[in-house]
Amino acid sequence: MSNSVSIDKKAAWAGDNKSPFAVGYGKLMMWFFLVSDALSFTGFLASYGFYRHYYGAIWPSAENVFTHFPFMHGNHPLLYVALMTFILIMSSVTMVLAVEAGHRMDKKGVTLWMLLTIIGGAIFLGSQAWEWAHFIHGTELGAIELGKGSFTLPDGSVEMTKGIIARWADESKQTLLLPWKEAGEYIQVTGNQLTEMLANGKEIKGANLTHNEYGHPLFADFFFFITGFHGTHVLSGVILNIIVFFNVIMGTYQKRGHYEMVEKVGLYWHFVDLVWVFVFTFFYLI
Amino acid sequence: MGHSEHTSHSHSEEKYEYAVHHSEEDGKKIRKRVWIIFWVLLAITSVEVLLGIYWKDLGLSWGFIKMTFIVLTILKAFYIVSEYMHLKHEATFLKNVIIAPFVVYALYLAYHVLTEGVYSDMMEKWLY
Repeated sequence: MSNSVSIDKKAAWAGDNKSPFAVGYGKLMMWFFLVSDALSFTGFLASYGFYRHYYGAIWPSAENVFTHFPFMHGNHPLLYVALMTFILIMSSVTMVLAVEAGHRMDKKGVTLWMLLTIIGGAIFLGSQAWEWAHFIHGTELGAIELGKGSFTLPDGSVEMTKGIIARWADESKQTLLLPWKEAGEYIQVTGNQLTEMLANGKEIKGANLTHNEYGHPLFADFFFFITGFHGTHVLSGVILNIIVFFNVIMGTYQKRGHYEMVEKVGLYWHFVDLVWVFVFTFFYLI
Repeated sequence: MGHSEHTSHSHSEEKYEYAVHHSEEDGKKIRKRVWIIFWVLLAITSVEVLLGIYWKDLGLSWGFIKMTFIVLTILKAFYIVSEYMHLKHEATFLKNVIIAPFVVYALYLAYHVLTEGVYSDMMEKWLY
């Protein structure tokens, strides 16, 4: 405890001048902010889970949506998002090492680890942009969004609401796959039924807030909103890290006698990683 | 993690110590712990990804796999919060103030998702 911080009695806490939390004011407030932020993210993921179960069979499975990997052809479900997860965990490690170096007043160490953390965050943001671009542009084949109407199916004539997504079985575009009751269960539509459906439907490619070629449009809404909100957190985390990084270089914290500011942005950064752990599970795995 | 300073403050009248410092030897131990946690997190993530790709070949039910994912995720969250965010080594009062409100809220939402967000026959009639 050679480098202790003197805090004015009046500026600290009331009572016996002892915080019941035994942490500095800034760190405590960061914790409170993170709790409130965690509540928001929990709300988003819970509402995602709600609709995912509510729409059952017509909800797209993330492993059929995010199958691309840079510079590789074919289907690679989960691989890209696993890489993104790894990058974020890695940048969490460099962050905690920066905090550790700060506790030893090792300015060089903090500089190096902060820099690596910033690079990790930037790579993650780039990966997210790439994934968004792929999702928005969609596949070569596209899909058919069916209109409201009565259709003849093997089970007899059925009434369908607007917006059911039917996907092509292959590139010949001779067979449409209509989602049916259970997840992963399809009815193959060909011939006259196909013509009927095409006349009443509309071709869509990719996804936006109102149409989604992979399935229910709410899936796209939740994807944009949850990963977008998380991405905003990563972006602000990177900006905060850059500010603190320059302060470290200028020796601000060395002069102050402690690197508590690195701890504070560290808490925020770990939280961003923590949220991604949950997004990864609830959005991509389940 | 060698942060005993955190719970045993000097109770001098004029000074109150918040910032944590540790020695070179403590630093070595802490860094070792950081890397162990990293390997644990990486292992859990790898298991999750492999399960996600190959679960159909294992002959296990989707419900079981789903629960496995949730348990592994909470385990990962526990390691990040307790070690990387250092909450395990903070004062008990702080721990409770952070964890309790969140857990109550999360359980409340989970209850509603499980009781009201389920796929039902009503949905099928609406669809077809």
